[in-house]
Amino acid sequence: MKIIIMGCSRVGARLAGLLDAEGHEVTILDIEPYSFRRLPSNFGGTALLGNGLHEETLQKAGVEAADTFVAVTQGDNRNVMACQIVRHIFKVPRVLCRIYDPLRQEMYETLGLETISPTTVIAQLLKEKLES
Amino acid sequence: MYIIVVGGGRVGYYLVKELLREGHEVLLLEKDPNVCRIINEEMGIVCFRGDGCEAATQQEVGAGRADMLVAVTGDDEDNLVSCQVAKHKYNVPRTIARIRNPQNEVLFKKLGVDVTVSATQIITEAIELEVPTHPLTHLLTIKEKGLVLVDIKIPPEAISAGKPIRELKLPKESKLVLVIPREGSPDLPRARTILQAGDRVIALTPAEIEEPLRATLTGI
Repeated sequence: MKIIIMGCSRVGARLAGLLDAEGHEVTILDIEPYSFRRLPSNFGGTALLGNGLHEETLQKAGVEAADTFVAVTQGDNRNVMACQIVRHIFKVPRVLCRIYDPLRQEMYETLGLETISPTTVIAQLLKEKLES
Repeated sequence: MYIIVVGGGRVGYYLVKELLREGHEVLLLEKDPNVCRIINEEMGIVCFRGDGCEAATQQEVGAGRADMLVAVTGDDEDNLVSCQVAKHKYNVPRTIARIRNPQNEVLFKKLGVDVTVSATQIITEAIELEVPTHPLTHLLTIKEKGLVLVDIKIPPEAISAGKPIRELKLPKESKLVLVIPREGSPDLPRARTILQAGDRVIALTPAEIEEPLRATLTGI
């Protein structure tokens, strides 16, 4: 599968490493070259410097042929906008968006984006841990 | 009208001032407490400190009864999200977003933002008008129909110069509206009108046919 990840954050870099190890074709985007240090040393995919909100960068990353796009930058709005570009302009079949703010997550879920809110997920996990 | 403005930068500041002067009920959302304080000291309590992208903030300032939300922060993504929250969560009838990257216009429209304003685009067009060697200038864009009104100057060496309009292979979707001859008074173009070098042609055309139209009239 061809997968594009936007944001070489800790989560982004780790996800890229996992998917690459499973044999997927991974391209990871970031606007800051220093972020790519987080990638595992044996990472076999592509690290591309550029802004995922710009259509040219997305095209360079091969968005037209991508099966999946994942947005995990630190900014909810950036993730939301990139995912909507990829979904509505480039028609990528699967788009996954990280949104910290649970209210915003709820809204975009109803607008048809596939979303994950780490805030909700981790609060729930912690609560379960505490109760066990 | 109750108008919510998101972003208290330079654009937001002057916009709020203008809207207040026109007598509207205006509320400005701004994240920076210092900016908020300064604006409130100057204009009275118009600025509410908060993130305009958050549904909770919009709820607090009564977005549900707003007639319009205008997002003018410096970040396209923040303006998009503010407008989407206003539209989809609070049914604000009209949302306007400032955009920096003119490319985003298409996306914003698709996602339900009613109007986009791009300073980059406006400045480019204004400069284009002032460049005298430019054979084609944009006069007006009719967004809903995808049409542009253009002013095309016939260069001296153009193939079209000296020919009647009926002999030109103009794209049929393009309509010549007016011919302004180098000498004499403007006239409606007819099939037998002969174009001369230095004449100006005002034409209405679908934006995507603009290039073939320009090529036909100014091609050498």
